[in-house]
Amino acid sequence: MAFLVLEHVSKRFGNLIAVEDFHLAVEKGEFISLLGPSGCGKTTVLRMIAGFELPTTGRIILEGEDITRVPPNRRNIGMVFQSYALFPNMTVAQNIAFGMRVRREPEHRIRERVDELLALVHLEDKRNSYPHQLSGGQQQRVALARALAIRPRLLLLDEPLSALDAKIRVTLRSEIRAIQRQLGITVIYVTHDQEEALSISDRIVVMRAGKIEQVGTPFQIYNFPQTSFVASFVGMLNTAEAEVLDPQQGLLQLDGAHLLSADPGLRRRKPGERVRLSIRPERISLAGEQLKDNLLQARVEDITFLGAVVRIQLRLGNTLFYMDTFNNPHLALPTIGSTVQVTCSKEAVMVLE
Amino acid sequence: MRKATLWNWFWILLGLLYFFLPLLATFHFSLRARKEALSLLAYQQMIEDTRIWQALLYSIQIGLLTIGLGLLLMVPTVYWVHLRARYLRPMIEFFSLLPFVIPAIVLVFGLIRIYSGDPFPLTNTYAGTDFLLIAGYVVLTLPYLYRAIDAGMTAIDVATLTEAAQSLGAGWGTILFRVIVPNLRSAMLGAAFLILAIVLGEFTIASFIVGLRAFGPVIWQVGQNRAYEASALVIFSFLLTWILMALINFVARRAVVTSGPR
Repeated sequence: MAFLVLEHVSKRFGNLIAVEDFHLAVEKGEFISLLGPSGCGKTTVLRMIAGFELPTTGRIILEGEDITRVPPNRRNIGMVFQSYALFPNMTVAQNIAFGMRVRREPEHRIRERVDELLALVHLEDKRNSYPHQLSGGQQQRVALARALAIRPRLLLLDEPLSALDAKIRVTLRSEIRAIQRQLGITVIYVTHDQEEALSISDRIVVMRAGKIEQVGTPFQIYNFPQTSFVASFVGMLNTAEAEVLDPQQGLLQLDGAHLLSADPGLRRRKPGERVRLSIRPERISLAGEQLKDNLLQARVEDITFLGAVVRIQLRLGNTLFYMDTFNNPHLALPTIGSTVQVTCSKEAVMVLE
Repeated sequence: MRKATLWNWFWILLGLLYFFLPLLATFHFSLRARKEALSLLAYQQMIEDTRIWQALLYSIQIGLLTIGLGLLLMVPTVYWVHLRARYLRPMIEFFSLLPFVIPAIVLVFGLIRIYSGDPFPLTNTYAGTDFLLIAGYVVLTLPYLYRAIDAGMTAIDVATLTEAAQSLGAGWGTILFRVIVPNLRSAMLGAAFLILAIVLGEFTIASFIVGLRAFGPVIWQVGQNRAYEASALVIFSFLLTWILMALINFVARRAVVTSGPR
């Protein structure tokens, strides 16, 4: 049996269905992200695992034990909150020691563990500081150390980086991942930031309106989205409506241009049927020496410089779409208003359900 | 710019005069117990009057018990409302404001009517009237206590702190006494000093329930027939209140140093 199982869990608040038939098995040591827009139920799932909410139906099983009705203080599950939730009246060391003091662990063991954790989160010199004397990133590190101090069976993180600025967010998330790998702890991580979920997780659970849309590795979620919601929520995506010309050949028509797709789902469609197709911006390139399966002529509408990447907005008939290309100072970019030839492989053209 | 500063000083001066002129006049009057010269005779008489000190001590005791009972009643209540019953907040707020609307005289007659006979004959014994007085004061000071605790809890996000403590294994007692109450310290102390100041000066309820055992009625009685001594007593109570206020400030500032802004 898996380490943690959420067995067809649902949660209703009055008439509102927050989570519906949520089924997930998590292996020991896995890093799972719950990803979705706000209000999709991801935090409710986390709060049910923590014991702050009781599921309306379904069971939660941790290490073979049904913990659905176990109170939160008896679960031994660590939690890190978006607002840090450090105890303002306690120093950093006292915050970290709190869980062990509650468990009446011997004082020398507490001291050792606090030292160990302060070193783990690189805050040895802040031991006697109060939370209000720390930056947001430092406070969240303390919160992480405090949650780890009790050697939890499971660590839950509820949008822990949302309140921090971009640079710290990126460093801290790799620190969290490194600590998770070092300790081998199982983590459930809630976020609405797809880049965060992609970069940190072993598996991602994409949620929408209380239900699971897709579960998969970051690679699967990004490259093979199973629903149009996942495709559009994770990463930048061009979508457009096209007409099926020949399902067996994978031939489509988009605004007068012919397009080949290798999507196996296309075989089930009939000629003349309208489908929604999608292409990632980075899969389109300017047609230079390397020509791929599809060649299209488009007008350059806009160019946005994003640092490492340059995003070019193109118009094909009535369809607007984006193309991402690496920023190369030795290559000239097309000018706005000019017509260019772009190319993409047939594997890049996906048909959404 | 210069003109504005001048006007600022004018208004500050006017305000200071408004507050301090009556006080200075009272002080001056209190020094004239001897006809021929200014003297501290009224203060000497006040200090020698044991009744005054007994009443003051009694009122301080009543005040401390009022604070204790009020905190015991309101801290868990407001905590629970913040945590689980936020929809009750407007109602609790309304009830806590009732003592402002219902005059103390109505409250005290109500208390005497209900508790002077069976099944709660509290007015027949000293202990009974003490309890009645404390209970009445808890109601009377409810607005201050509720506001202070409510503001304190709003400032620290009790719900998340509670969940954080729970996830670390803490039970309700630990959460309340080691996480919530220490963070409410400055709010609770502020309210406590305010309550003490109110109880020390309260006249209506005290005079009907315990009479001249309490400080308020004693000040009143002294004022009835010994004008100089009464003025001295007023100055003394004023100083006492100021000391309490200074203590509030001191404690609040220390609390900021240890817990600080979030």
